[in-house]
Amino acid sequence: MNEASETDKNAVPTFEEAMTKLEMIVRQLEENDVPLEKAIDLFQEGMSLSKLCHEKLEIVGKKMDQLIDSSGEARPFSVQGDDKE
Amino acid sequence: MLSDRYISVTRLTRYIKQLMESDGELQDVWLKGEISNFKRHSRGHLYMTIKDKTARIRAVMFAGNAKNLAFEPEDGMKVLVQGSISLYEPYGEYQIYIREMEQGGLGRLFLAFEALKKKLEALGMFDPSRKKPLPEVPYEIGIVTSPTGAVIRDLFTTIKRRFPAARLTVFPVLVQGADAAPSIAAAIRQANRMKDLNVLIVGRGGGSIEDLWAFNEEIVAEAIFQSRLPVISAVGHETDFTIADFVADRRAPTPTAAGEFVVPDRQELGRRIDNLSGRLEKSVEARLVRETDRLNQIMQAYAFKYPGQLILQKEQERDQMTEHLRKAMMRLLNGKGDQLVLADRLLSNNRPAAMLDRSRKLLQEHSRHLIQSFNRFLKEKNAGFERMVLQLNALSPLRIMARGYNLAYNQHEQLVKSVEEVSPGDPLTVQMHDGIIDCQIWGIEEAKESERSK
Repeated sequence: MNEASETDKNAVPTFEEAMTKLEMIVRQLEENDVPLEKAIDLFQEGMSLSKLCHEKLEIVGKKMDQLIDSSGEARPFSVQGDDKE
Repeated sequence: MLSDRYISVTRLTRYIKQLMESDGELQDVWLKGEISNFKRHSRGHLYMTIKDKTARIRAVMFAGNAKNLAFEPEDGMKVLVQGSISLYEPYGEYQIYIREMEQGGLGRLFLAFEALKKKLEALGMFDPSRKKPLPEVPYEIGIVTSPTGAVIRDLFTTIKRRFPAARLTVFPVLVQGADAAPSIAAAIRQANRMKDLNVLIVGRGGGSIEDLWAFNEEIVAEAIFQSRLPVISAVGHETDFTIADFVADRRAPTPTAAGEFVVPDRQELGRRIDNLSGRLEKSVEARLVRETDRLNQIMQAYAFKYPGQLILQKEQERDQMTEHLRKAMMRLLNGKGDQLVLADRLLSNNRPAAMLDRSRKLLQEHSRHLIQSFNRFLKEKNAGFERMVLQLNALSPLRIMARGYNLAYNQHEQLVKSVEEVSPGDPLTVQMHDGIIDCQIWGIEEAKESERSK
């Protein structure tokens, strides 16, 4: 139980989690009842979340698109030409 | 009158109409035939005759039902219709009121489709509460379709344009022919065994009902229903509905549409992130400006700006305070002096010497009273005592003996009260009031009864 929650904490958040957290931080700062030091910490966390989100959108081609045949074999796949059905 | 036995045409017609409308079979008729005398009324109702080689029936399809038609009916067209039979009273004509109409020639498939749809619906497989939500940002998208052709191309193009980070995994299947359904079902199950996938698109391009038939097979419906991954169906064109569409968690009218909603638009997401970080910066900036303003305001305050002035003012305030203090002290002292005079007066009124005098007088008075009372008491008691002595004296035996009565004692000094207690010769002592006589008894004479009782 404990181990699981710890690994969860250390894991890189998913895009959705990062977005949700970022939205929460912005709301918190806009509502403006955080002490200044906390506000600056939140700001820094928010900026790194925003960077992370951008990165997550930009990761292209790291994983190749693939085709998996009926025997379960995977091979790279790309759409080419104007094949007619 | 005989005419009483006759009913009106209207009543007869109504009676027949009621018979028809209360018959369950006639109210749910599935009919196939060919259209003739087709006419579209300006208000949208369709009128026609449905016929086969040997019979015909009038038919009407009202605008509300006709607006869903996927084709334009025309004379000579073979159709499958579903509706109810009733009677049009003004003409005395029975007719079919069409609820649904399909292009015919495929009667067997159409019926099979309807039957399976009813069955699966009854099993709850179309239940909206069973539908899984699609992931907001899927990075791993499975596609079950033919690896060649427009569908896969449209999906790739749309998805890569909107969200390049998504990785696509294609499960190639036959989408047509007898082996298509088992192939599609197997691929859906295979995709569900891959733990990375977030969502699954199952699709093929448009075609006739026979072309799309694999997506109307129960094993495909079952595989979609059992799918752990959310399934998007993208089968045929906008107007083609298959069983797969009803079971899927979401139906896309076209493959391109599936690509549109399966992934978010990267640019829109980018704008959302930019908007958030913009707000983030702005709020912190505003906060810093506000805090700086506050600090400046405090620094601008009189005390910080003119510290010398403040000291002078405080000097003056201090003098005033000292003066106040002095006055207050004087007031206090004066008040205490008055109190002292008053207390002194009260004290001298209560000197101890005076109190002692008063107490001594009181003591003398009380002593005198005590002695008087005691003397009076003593005198009374003495008088009482003398009275008692006189009474006692009156009762003394010596006084009786003085009158001549004596007492006789035997030798044991016991009082002799009867002649029977003594015998002749016994010594006897007689006590007189003035002395004692020792004597001896010479004789005894008993008194007579009569004399004794005297």
